[in-house]
Formats: sequence, structure tokens, C-alpha cells
Amino acid sequence: MDLARRMHGKTLVFLVLMVTFGPLGDVLLSRGMKRIGAVSSFSPGTLFFTFSRVFSSLAIWLGIGSLFLFFISYLLVLSWADYSYIQPVSALGYGVVALLGYFFLHDAVTMWRWLGVLTICVGVFLVGQTPHSTTTPV
Amino acid sequence: MRIALFLAIIVFAGTGGEMFVSRAMKRIGEVHDFSPWSLLRVMAGAFSSGTMWTGIALMTLSFFALLALLSWRNVSFVVPATALNYALGALGGRYLLGERVSRMRWLGVALVCLGVVFVCIG
Repeated sequence: MDLARRMHGKTLVFLVLMVTFGPLGDVLLSRGMKRIGAVSSFSPGTLFFTFSRVFSSLAIWLGIGSLFLFFISYLLVLSWADYSYIQPVSALGYGVVALLGYFFLHDAVTMWRWLGVLTICVGVFLVGQTPHSTTTPV
Repeated sequence: MRIALFLAIIVFAGTGGEMFVSRAMKRIGEVHDFSPWSLLRVMAGAFSSGTMWTGIALMTLSFFALLALLSWRNVSFVVPATALNYALGALGGRYLLGERVSRMRWLGVALVCLGVVFVCIG
């Protein structure tokens, strides 16, 4: 396997990690916070109680863990790939959020949203046809 | 005026911050070894750089400006407007980071911007 193909495979792996763990983290945090419910008062006692519930929630910790993995993947992929390549491709996360919302949170996903996801996918496909790295290391 | 100012902060500080982070990681160089110890060393190197912290500070500023704007305007206005990040990201990549942004990449970025607007108004 030549260097370009190996780099391409590595970029793909980290992009998949990014568009999986980023949206998954958002959905888990959303799910965790919805279970806890709206913050009704901002008095110190209520806030302490809310925080203790937030940080004893498995969904919140899984969400934080997912977002941590997303950020590490993002940093690592930027060590070799173009920012102008990674940034638009990471918009695939919008599609993953729509799918996770639809299947796990049973959110209503409108026609506009599906059309948007499709447009993003076509855009990402076009960006994906370009070389992922066009610069030499700084 | 206040809305336009905060929108500009969100887009410029957000994209600028990501570009600083990108620059800091390019300075570290391509990561080849993904063992935990090696990754820890890479992260320690990355977070000891002023460029990285400048990027994180700008991204934080953008996040708080987003929160403020969300308190004045509906999310269906705010989030599609932030799709401008993608256009600015391609411009920044081209002119500040020296990346080669081909016509195909521009077209892809334009479609991504449009798609984000559709997702958010949906």
C-alpha cells in the first residue's frame, strides 16, 4: 500500500470517529439533560442538587466521553489533513444527528431536514474527491 | 447592529479558532504512532503551544457569543447563519493556511453550507 492510500485510509478512520462520537455525545448529553428535567430555580441548593444529578447520570458521562473522543480525533486528523477538507466533511455530523434523533430519541425529522442531509452528503462527496492534504508540514 | 456584531464574532472567532488549532497540530506534524503513551506525548506537545490556547480561547469566545445570540434570536435564525463558517473556513484554509482549495472543493463547501441551512430551517 503506498503512502497516499495509507494516509487516505487513516483520514477516513478518524473522520468516521469524528462524525460518530461528536453527534453521539450531543445526543447522549441531550438525553441525560432531558431525564434530569428543566432547571426550575438557580438558588445554590437547587443548583447543587441539579449538578449532583447531572454528574451521577451515566448518559452524561458517556456523552462527555464521546465528545472527548471526538475532540482527540479532530486534533489528530488535523495533524496531517487540510482544515478546508476536514471542516466541511465533519458536517456529515448533521446527518448522524438526524438519524440518531429519528431512531433513538424518536424526534420528528422534516422533509427540509432530510433534504439538507442529502445536500450535505453530496457536498461532502465532492469535497471527498479532492486530496485531503495539500500542504507540507509547518 | 448588536446582532450583526455577535454573528461576526461567532463566525470569525469560531473559524479563526479552528484555524489556530489546525496550525498548532500541523506544527506537531503527522501523528503515526497511536499507542496511548505516544498520544499522551502528542497532546502534551499540542497543549504546550500558545497557538493551541489562542485557538481554544477564540472558540470559547465564539461559543459564548452563540449563547448570547441564542438568547435574543431564534435558533432557526442563528444556526443557519453560522453555516457561513464553512465558507470562511475554505477562504481561511486557502489564504491563511496555504491550502489548495480546488473548484471541486469550493462547490462541495457551497453545497454543505446550503445543506446546513436546510437542516436548520427544517
